[in-house]
Amino acid sequence: MAKNELKKVMEVKNLFFTYPGAPEPTLKDNNLSIYENKITALIGPSGCGKSTLLRAMNRIHDLYPGFKYEGEINLFSRQSEKMENILELRKENELIGLRQRIGMIFQKPTPFPMSIYDNVAYGLRLQGIKNKGELDGMVEEALKGAAIWKEAKDRLKESAMGMSGGQQQRLCIARSVALKPEILLFDEPTSALDPISTGAIEELISELKKEITIAIVTHNMQQASRLSDYTTFMYLGDIVEFGETEKIFLNPEEKLTEDYITGRFG
Amino acid sequence: MRGRLFRDFSLFSATLAFFLLVGIFAVLFTYAQESLHTFGFDFLYTEIWEPGEDDEGGIFGGYIPILGTLMSTLIAMILATPIAMGIAIFLTEIAHAKIVKPFSIAIELLAAIPSIIYGMWGLFYFAPIVQSLFGGNGVGLLTAGIVLAIMVIPFMAAITRDSMNTTPDVLKESAYAIGATKFEVIKDVVMPYSKGGIIGSIILSLGRALGETMAVAFLIGSVMTLPGKITDPTTSIPVLLANNFAEAQDLEMSSMYYLALILFLVSFIVIALAKFYFLGRKKY
Ligand SMILES: Nc1ncnc2c1ncn2[C@@H]1O[C@H](COP(=O)(O)OP(=O)(O)OP(=O)(O)O)[C@@H](O)[C@H]1O
Ligand SMILES: [Mg+2]
Repeated sequence: MAKNELKKVMEVKNLFFTYPGAPEPTLKDNNLSIYENKITALIGPSGCGKSTLLRAMNRIHDLYPGFKYEGEINLFSRQSEKMENILELRKENELIGLRQRIGMIFQKPTPFPMSIYDNVAYGLRLQGIKNKGELDGMVEEALKGAAIWKEAKDRLKESAMGMSGGQQQRLCIARSVALKPEILLFDEPTSALDPISTGAIEELISELKKEITIAIVTHNMQQASRLSDYTTFMYLGDIVEFGETEKIFLNPEEKLTEDYITGRFG
Repeated sequence: MRGRLFRDFSLFSATLAFFLLVGIFAVLFTYAQESLHTFGFDFLYTEIWEPGEDDEGGIFGGYIPILGTLMSTLIAMILATPIAMGIAIFLTEIAHAKIVKPFSIAIELLAAIPSIIYGMWGLFYFAPIVQSLFGGNGVGLLTAGIVLAIMVIPFMAAITRDSMNTTPDVLKESAYAIGATKFEVIKDVVMPYSKGGIIGSIILSLGRALGETMAVAFLIGSVMTLPGKITDPTTSIPVLLANNFAEAQDLEMSSMYYLALILFLVSFIVIALAKFYFLGRKKY
């Protein structure tokens, strides 16, 4: 069976997450797996904890003090069977290493106040790549990978702020792709974009999964069903159901999941 | 209807500001005529300030106060800029939320202290320290420069902090998300993002330092001599104007308008240059 060939890249185990000052955990006993070169969608009503879960996966929560993690988020090495619990990382450079392996794309495009070229080269330079020729090649590859090369190649020196929203979002994807991450986390990457840009980003994401494992938060049911291989339905900080997208959408086990997907509550 | 009224009012205010500028320039220029005719551009590098017998004629040159103004401002800016940036960065990016509030309030209070108090404090408390550390007799360019710096630091830090605070969290998070350190996020995201505000705060502080009278009057020594070393006493344009205005007659008065005109133009040019140079390049 095909299922046996699946390789887990990340496994969330009994995860609890509490925001600073919150009386109880926002995430309660979350369990799910993320499989290599698959797209996993996170769906659920507003405030159910999708972003919170996603932001635990690259420890971006750690930028703000006072939170609490419990449980495990295991990250499997690409080459070997080795795994590590990323919640045990403590040092700043370990977290930096983690975030280079697990990229993140936000709801609103977030180009840096620099040129288009520098936006993509920035992360590479942080990794210590200085050679101009090498950088040029990698920037071009990343821009091609994010399907923005055609629009960007004649204006690499121009500010990224002058691009359209959809172009900026693809630039941000290029910026992450340039680092050759193992996983890319998308938090509602198209909700600020028009339908055409949305289409372009969706196409890009399906293309990217050949190389990169993807987790995506979305409010758009069509998007989740079109795009994803696995779906996680969350409600009030619980993972209600996790499984193959087809099954979740056509034949959910939980009544709650069915109600949400059919739009009976929202 | 309201919209129109509001528009007309803002137009009126904007025009008023422009006419004020032109009006002040015209007054200074008119009253400086006598001195302008007598000394011309020699005024700029003449080191003498001597009224003639019976308050008739005399020789007046602006070299010393002009130099004193520029030097004390330069010292102040060199000291203040890095420290103010450091404070702003500390408050926006590094300090724990609990200490940000009291620290910010302290800075804002310091920025609101009238300059004469800085002058008095500087003279009684700070001048002896400068004297014991650097020699000289306590008052002079260095003391004035340092106290000017202390005076503009809270001001500069407060404005810089406000503009750094406008950097969106997601922008910083995106940089962290591709593996930037805190230092790199500050250097490559926060600083460039708030560049306009930072430059603005430096320019405003520069304007304050150039025109500062009271604090400097206490500390620069107010003597018409060319400083040989950085600790020597000298004078500055605003200090000379404030000290001599009451008694001056005719040519001396006109020469003081000449000095005022120079101060006006220097401030104007510095600010205009900085604005056009930095804010004109709004490419990023
Ligand atoms: N910084 C924070 N501090 C405290 N509570 C927070 C914080 N951020 C989010 N929360 C709370 O955690 C819960 C989950 O929020 P989260 O942003 O993960 O929801 P979401 O599923 O992503 O919602 P949306 O679809 O609206 O983006 C919400 O109840 C929210 O109020
Ligand atoms: Mg969210």
